Amino acid sequence: MLEKVTLKILRYNPEKDAQPHYERYTVEAEPTDRILDVLEKIKAYQDGTLTFRRSCAHGICGSCAMRINGRNRLACKTLLKTLDTSKEITVEPILGLPRVKDLIVDMTTFFDNYKKVMPYFINDEPLPEDGRERLQSPEERARFDDTTKCILCGACTTACPTFWADNSYVGPSAIVNAHRFIFDSRDRAAAERLKILAGDSGVFRCRTAFNCTEACPREIKITKAIAEVKRAIITGRLD
Amino acid sequence: MSIKTHQYEVVIVGAGGAGLMAALYASKKASTAVISKLYPSRSHTGAAQGGISAALGNIEEDRPEWHTYDTVKGSDYLGDQDAIEFMCFKAPELVYELEHMGLPFDRTPEGRILQRPFGGHTNNITGKPVRRACHAADRTGHMILQTLYQQCIKNNVTFFDEFQVLDIIMVNGKAAGVVAIEIATGDIHVFHAKAVILATGGWGRVWEITSNAYAYTGDAPAMILRKGLPVEDMEFFQFHPTGIYKLGILITEGVRGEGGVLINDKGERFMERYAPHVKDLASRDVVSRAMYIEMKEGRGINGQRYLYLDVRPETVNKYAKIDGRTNPDGTPYQVTAEDILRKLPDIIDFCKTYLGVDPVKEPMPVQPTAHYAMGGIPTNMKTEVLSDEKNTVVPGLYAAGENACVSVHGANRLGTNSLLDLVVFGKEAGIHAAEYAAGAQFEPLPDDAADYARSQLDAILNSKGNERVADIANEMKHEMMDKVGVFRTEEGMQEALNKIRELKERFKHIHIDDHGKVFNTDLLTAWELSNLLDVAEITTASALARKESRGAHSRDDYPKRDDQNWLKHTLAWRRENGEIELRYKPVVITKYQPKERVY
Repeated sequence: MLEKVTLKILRYNPEKDAQPHYERYTVEAEPTDRILDVLEKIKAYQDGTLTFRRSCAHGICGSCAMRINGRNRLACKTLLKTLDTSKEITVEPILGLPRVKDLIVDMTTFFDNYKKVMPYFINDEPLPEDGRERLQSPEERARFDDTTKCILCGACTTACPTFWADNSYVGPSAIVNAHRFIFDSRDRAAAERLKILAGDSGVFRCRTAFNCTEACPREIKITKAIAEVKRAIITGRLD
Repeated sequence: MSIKTHQYEVVIVGAGGAGLMAALYASKKASTAVISKLYPSRSHTGAAQGGISAALGNIEEDRPEWHTYDTVKGSDYLGDQDAIEFMCFKAPELVYELEHMGLPFDRTPEGRILQRPFGGHTNNITGKPVRRACHAADRTGHMILQTLYQQCIKNNVTFFDEFQVLDIIMVNGKAAGVVAIEIATGDIHVFHAKAVILATGGWGRVWEITSNAYAYTGDAPAMILRKGLPVEDMEFFQFHPTGIYKLGILITEGVRGEGGVLINDKGERFMERYAPHVKDLASRDVVSRAMYIEMKEGRGINGQRYLYLDVRPETVNKYAKIDGRTNPDGTPYQVTAEDILRKLPDIIDFCKTYLGVDPVKEPMPVQPTAHYAMGGIPTNMKTEVLSDEKNTVVPGLYAAGENACVSVHGANRLGTNSLLDLVVFGKEAGIHAAEYAAGAQFEPLPDDAADYARSQLDAILNSKGNERVADIANEMKHEMMDKVGVFRTEEGMQEALNKIRELKERFKHIHIDDHGKVFNTDLLTAWELSNLLDVAEITTASALARKESRGAHSRDDYPKRDDQNWLKHTLAWRRENGEIELRYKPVVITKYQPKERVY
């Protein structure tokens, strides 16, 4: 069942435009089409200069985070039927990072912040003598399951008012990735990560606006993860 | 225009599982750069779901020998048995290595890595499915990609993110680097290297219904062909049985591993008729063909081109009882809705998001979806690229992962062997490329090193025709799905070959809208289509020549496997006049003589 849908897209070409501006595109689409499908149609048949990132098209690669009707979402996980298509649908780049072109922003700061929290497994103790796996109970594994789901799309961090105001705040995504290791029973660098996150650019900058949790396309309970990190810093315990 | 030049001993093209594993090992011994058109964490390894195979025997008895035999049988005897044995015996070590890097596998009550059954993996004594797939819920690929990227950050690996490699530089028959475009600026960069590792993944975007990312455009095989080098066994492309209807999004075989079954319009579990021993857990080629036959004979759901994949607890429990499936402790296998939710969270999320279907309450509509390239750039077990049927090595050039053909998958890959292939041969590539670089000199770079790449882009930018890239792409995808898909005929493939050649002509008359420098994805999408067309053409020509049915290559006009004439690998070149030349080389057979394949 095709219907006419109008997208109002914030366009910006640094080689031509002094300022970003909106352009409108009307396409025929199915209610089950994703915003990404609509963007692809526009690019294919109306305006090949429209520029956005995409790859997997099913919510696992994290390329296509953008603001859709004012909310950070993945274009590939947002179906038209979940939006009011009787009105224009507004599509804009995520906020808080430098614009590059149209819906593309420069992710350098985002990944730099990620790298600040030592987002990798650290355990220099000898490996099991039989060469096999380090043991971990299903309960220990479950402790950090939620934060292993992060796809580094940036939807959370670029929905955070604190991050908008100051890019030096590591942001919710970096804290989620720190949490994934802090609460992993096999890891040995929790204290160092907690020290980093107790600092000026760390968790205490969070004002619990909950924007991050609402924005997460993986439904990670981000605010809860941040609270757990705060508690670990305050109590010095990892339970 | 100015060209920026960099020098690294080893340059890796692609930052998925194979590229990152190669980077971890190459960077220990040699200056190394990873060049990727995507941020590494966007790579398609992250979409792999069900598991990575290794005969750990954590739940029940298993042996690397069984894994080897299952893979040989799964390959329909086209896989090279020395390489398969190498991979399967390395598997436990590599899975432990991933665990030691922090990969969060699911756990048994004893704290060991949890394993589940997968198609074609069996206990060779009983013939029953064996729990060999090590997993992290249904996001094992995501965890592998994240873990390897994290370890690369820890080890200060150098990345050039969002740089699209356009050409391989060859000097005196040796690899001497690559040419890339920096997507954000449009600047051309030359990476001077002693060794180049190709790891760009697959090319499922050749077909209409695919589980593959937009980025899967066959870049490395297309570049190899333009260098006058061959590709191997391109006719073997896997259709995964369970893609979400119309969208092609992958539904892991792990669903059937956890007890899900395929159901036709009559409510029958039809795989009983096609694979009486392992039923829904037969090899992917077998299951996809069975589904096509069911649909052709009118037993698709409501007569449509899809079937149901049913993982509702009541269905799972019913068939588990019929099959006599038990838990490791001997008690009957029974699941609850909560178990399904815990084991397959992402699948449930995909179905709810894209179909509005909750798999715990309703069956999922599925159809076979283009999924995985068994063929690719020919390599030996050291991942060195080969230039002919005598296995002559191209010095300094390596390939690993989906874009390579070792060949460990032969005519059909077993589920979970792709992630294993990535880590095993990615590691080999890193080690051997660094070793080679230590004993090699930088070849002098020719002044015109970037000219060919530049000319390809200029041809697209200056083309003034009226063909749209999307039209050509859509016609290619449709034709390939229809005629070079699960079932093939002489007539259909010849039509497809003619069509692809017509589309290649039309490609010369495209026009694109974007002529800027910054993030010109209009230009790069067109360049990627030229790769897809080259890969589609060589796939079809290779398939047309192979007059038998084997693994994923199934012909109505030659329905039987023909070991007398066709137990051999295809090598395909595109000569300068555009002609395709096919030659063949023998399959390596060590322990397992070909026999009839029954599941």
